[in-house]
Amino acid sequence: MSAALLEVERVTIKFGGVTAVCDLDMCVGERELIGLIGPNGAGKTTAFNLITGVYQPTSGSIRFCQKPTAGIKPYILSLRGISRTFQNIRLFAQMTVLDNVRTAMQGNRAQRVRDALLRGRTFREVEARVEHEAMELLKIFSLDHFHDSMGKSLPYGDQRRLEIVRALATQPKLLLLDEPAAGMNPTEKQELMELIRFVQDKFQIAVLLVEHDMKVVMGICQRINVLDYGRKIAEGTPDEIRANPKVIAAYLGQETDDDA
Amino acid sequence: MRGKEKIFLLLAIIAAMGVSCASASFNRYYLGVAIDVGINIILAVSLNLINGHTGQFSLGHAGFMAVGGYVAAKITLVWGSALPAGAQPFLFAGALLVGGIVAALAGLAVGVPSLRLRGDYLAIVTLGFGEIIRVIFQTSDYFGAATGLTGIAKLTNFGWAWGLAAVTVYVVASLVNSTYGRGFIAVHDDEIAASAMGINPVRYKVTAFVVGAFFAGIAGGLYAHHKAVLSPGGFDFIKSIEIVVMVILGGMGRTAGVIFAAVILTILPELLRGVAEYRMIIYSLLIIGLMLTRPQGLFTFGKKGTAS
Repeated sequence: MSAALLEVERVTIKFGGVTAVCDLDMCVGERELIGLIGPNGAGKTTAFNLITGVYQPTSGSIRFCQKPTAGIKPYILSLRGISRTFQNIRLFAQMTVLDNVRTAMQGNRAQRVRDALLRGRTFREVEARVEHEAMELLKIFSLDHFHDSMGKSLPYGDQRRLEIVRALATQPKLLLLDEPAAGMNPTEKQELMELIRFVQDKFQIAVLLVEHDMKVVMGICQRINVLDYGRKIAEGTPDEIRANPKVIAAYLGQETDDDA
Repeated sequence: MRGKEKIFLLLAIIAAMGVSCASASFNRYYLGVAIDVGINIILAVSLNLINGHTGQFSLGHAGFMAVGGYVAAKITLVWGSALPAGAQPFLFAGALLVGGIVAALAGLAVGVPSLRLRGDYLAIVTLGFGEIIRVIFQTSDYFGAATGLTGIAKLTNFGWAWGLAAVTVYVVASLVNSTYGRGFIAVHDDEIAASAMGINPVRYKVTAFVVGAFFAGIAGGLYAHHKAVLSPGGFDFIKSIEIVVMVILGGMGRTAGVIFAAVILTILPELLRGVAEYRMIIYSLLIIGLMLTRPQGLFTFGKKGTAS
């Protein structure tokens, strides 16, 4: 296995009396494509929010690039290289497609209030470069001809793709995708699988995929973690997961092992 | 494209100065209203940075205006008589600047604790702070207590008011139309998504608050030296709401619309002076009517909001 990029160690989070995630151990290596699955309410999105710093764990530790993330704000984690998409698409509603991407690029730029006010040569250079890079990125995902439309006005599948583009614009080392296949038809899902594989390969990043759709997860992930009631019940390759009786019981139901 | 904004700023200031030089030939009443319009543009455009672009509903703008007004007025009252006539404009510029800075500091002091809150809660807290600021002036003997300050030199002219309005428009528009400034709109649109994209929401909110308060302070200073009297009653929350109405009517986050709304909402009450006691009723009805028919703002040009 390659060097660990993200290490989640015995992480527990409690909301009042409810333990949403309990003793979670998980590891994502560089350039790995890892899946995180589980039935509704298993704590997948909570795990995402813990990794991205939205929630702080009650106990346990998370390290990203060997550095602990405890107490670190989400925006700093984003600058360090954790980027994400959202289960319910969260594009910037008042912005065009291009602006959505450009905004995500600004964190890594050394632009400050002063530059914006004085509008000197460096400012114009940065603006031009950001626009160029954003357009290049959109081109890769063939969204460039939409660059002037409002992000929210795109078809659903394109909005999902745009969210991935926006997440990539922060130049992440680790990309977290929260149910990207939600609401997609089989063709779109197929395209999405190819897209995720392409992204991981092209940008040489690690991807952690939370997904409901078994076909998508089984089809592309190298390893899969299975959560149930906040606990990890299994970890392994897609084939191992497919054969794991605990997973079948918890996730697929007791009476059948037909996961497709 | 390059340098376009700076040329606009320069031309606007020159135009304002030019008109100002000829101001002796204008009707003094109209000139007074024109200066009011300039001051209200500053107030509305600066509040638009907070309420519109950044989406933080503040009802305390009159409070910051009061800080700038009182501080600037006090400075010219104390030092004005000691200086020769030629130095007055410099003293005035310094007084405005100091007023703006003190208002910005007040904005920082109010903003840091209250910007943890969102929506209605933030509105209530800023309303409270605005009132606290007003009450402080009302009870402070140094600032003339309930009577306020009188005998302030009439230093505000058309050039100052409109020149500084141009500066305000330039600053707010330049801030927002930049890679840096897109962060304000990102915070407005979706704070969680913004922070996931490496944008520090607190920093943007505080920046918007401080810059907004600074220009409110400048507007306060202009107002004080335009009316020649300051009374704490003029800075109550009704004044804040007046500015908020300009922002909403102009279209949140739309600088051009907000400028038009500031112009219209300043002139409208003056036009209605003829109907005396029904003035405020008609004014209110007009606003209700406009809100019902154009909830997205009276002047929503361009893409935003109209995209399908």
